[in-house]
Amino acid sequence: MWVKQISVFLENKSGRIAEVTKTLSEAGVNIRALAMADTADFGVLRLIVDNTLKAEEALKANGFTVGKTDVVAAEVEDRPGGLHRILTLLHEGHINVEYMYAFVQQSGDNAVMIFRFDQIEKAVALLRQNGVTVIDDDRINQL
Amino acid sequence: MIFDIEFETMPREALESIQLRRLQATLERAYATVPFYRKQFEKAGLKPGDIRSLKDLHQVPFTTKQDLRDNYPFGMFAVPMDNVVRIHASSGTTGQPTVVGYTARDVNTWATLMARSLSAGGATRGDIIHNAYGYGLFTGGLGVHYGAEKLGASVIPVSGGNTKRQIVIMRDFGPTILTATPSYALHLAEVAEEMGVSFRDLKFKYGIFGAEPWSEKMRDEIERKLGLVAVDIYGLSEVIGPGVAIECHEAKKGLHIFEDHFIPEIIDPATGDVLPYGQTGELVFTSVTKEAFPVIRYRTRDISALHAEPCICGRTLVRMDKVSGRTDDMLIIRGVNVFPSQIESVLMEMEGVSPHYQLVVDREGNLDTLTVRVEVDEHVFSDEVKRLQDLERRISKNIKEYLGVSAKVKLVEPKAIARSEGKAIRVIDNRKL
Repeated sequence: MWVKQISVFLENKSGRIAEVTKTLSEAGVNIRALAMADTADFGVLRLIVDNTLKAEEALKANGFTVGKTDVVAAEVEDRPGGLHRILTLLHEGHINVEYMYAFVQQSGDNAVMIFRFDQIEKAVALLRQNGVTVIDDDRINQL
Repeated sequence: MIFDIEFETMPREALESIQLRRLQATLERAYATVPFYRKQFEKAGLKPGDIRSLKDLHQVPFTTKQDLRDNYPFGMFAVPMDNVVRIHASSGTTGQPTVVGYTARDVNTWATLMARSLSAGGATRGDIIHNAYGYGLFTGGLGVHYGAEKLGASVIPVSGGNTKRQIVIMRDFGPTILTATPSYALHLAEVAEEMGVSFRDLKFKYGIFGAEPWSEKMRDEIERKLGLVAVDIYGLSEVIGPGVAIECHEAKKGLHIFEDHFIPEIIDPATGDVLPYGQTGELVFTSVTKEAFPVIRYRTRDISALHAEPCICGRTLVRMDKVSGRTDDMLIIRGVNVFPSQIESVLMEMEGVSPHYQLVVDREGNLDTLTVRVEVDEHVFSDEVKRLQDLERRISKNIKEYLGVSAKVKLVEPKAIARSEGKAIRVIDNRKL
């Protein structure tokens, strides 16, 4: 029903993201989406990859601190107001978006957004009730 | 059980009068027989006769590890070698070893103190003691051994190492008391598990662990993994070896110091001032019964505090806190004494926070700044930045509350803190003073 995201703790030092991409590339893992959140001292890199388990193992073996989180991949109509409609729905349903970022591939004619919610089950139910397509882990790998 | 009921439960007044009498005799003898101590007295313009009360001891100069090294090997002995029956030496990881000697009476005193200690830790004459402290120049192995025999228990002198054989002995001989360093106790548990032996099936009831600092968290882990009650024992070869102080298994709250043989003090390591009960500082000991190697106001560099409140076990002896660190590592930041071990305690008390940390001290303008770098492991990591920032704030707040010093907390990647020979470098002081 939802998608596994991995996150990596990084210090703000040059070359650290490249170290992550190098590790994933050597493990033969494909990055499907990513977003970086940072502060003055550190950052958290969030990734959707084609093989979560393999990515996690490779990163851990290279000494990174890795976390795993359930996130929601939802289709967003690729037209003005498409994202706004979804955010309005969530706001009215009193569901907080912790953060969100765009998925690289489209799903048919629709864009795909990754959402991190504090109440994931409630959020998914609400989206579905309102006709928003939620993409699960299996299908996201086929996009 | 209390081994020496008379001395261990003596009213304070009677104890102090014995201490004073013994102290005066020790000072007289050290002055007469050890050139170093005579010089110390002369430097301070004192004669042993000037010490008329226990308080007067505060006027006598301290003895340091360096003083012992300067008198290597036998310069601090107060009796001719004819009367010395045993020699031990400290490992000397930070320089020359220090050498200590014992007369036959000293060996007997030590055995009695160790019998008291084992007894306070739960042992009786019916017990079998698996003694995994190293035998040799190190005082741990032989200290426990003589104490166990004095108590009348059966002692297995297994010493350290050859861990697999130790597990077999534990299984076959059924020892009921384990004596070892706390880290070796945990190692025994790991090896036993690999061999498919469960500590729950062994007969251990009590464990008496010491010779290195260990935390309450480590005690919980040992008690859980080994299925026994774990108590802390304290001692150092310069003072006598293990058996200077012991936790009773009834309270497990502070170590009773055998004050009829050693006078403890807590001092401010920066000024040398004696601190009142309850305050944390450096432990100082004066031996009052030792013949071959008396020590006068010996600075242990161990950080602790003394407490005089009565204990549920019935002993009237003061208790010292578990040693929380060493003064060698002390930093003075904006006038506040900071020990890395205090930062470690703050971190250990926070659920899931990694004990891998490093203190970085800088001077910006005329102000010292302290940055605490803490490695982020999976227990505290979050994909949400605000949670990580919240963690930084909580650590900083706890350090401020506990130590009274402001610190900037910086989360770093695992293994970001340099380790030299497996030991983390805890302090980087960039101040040019």
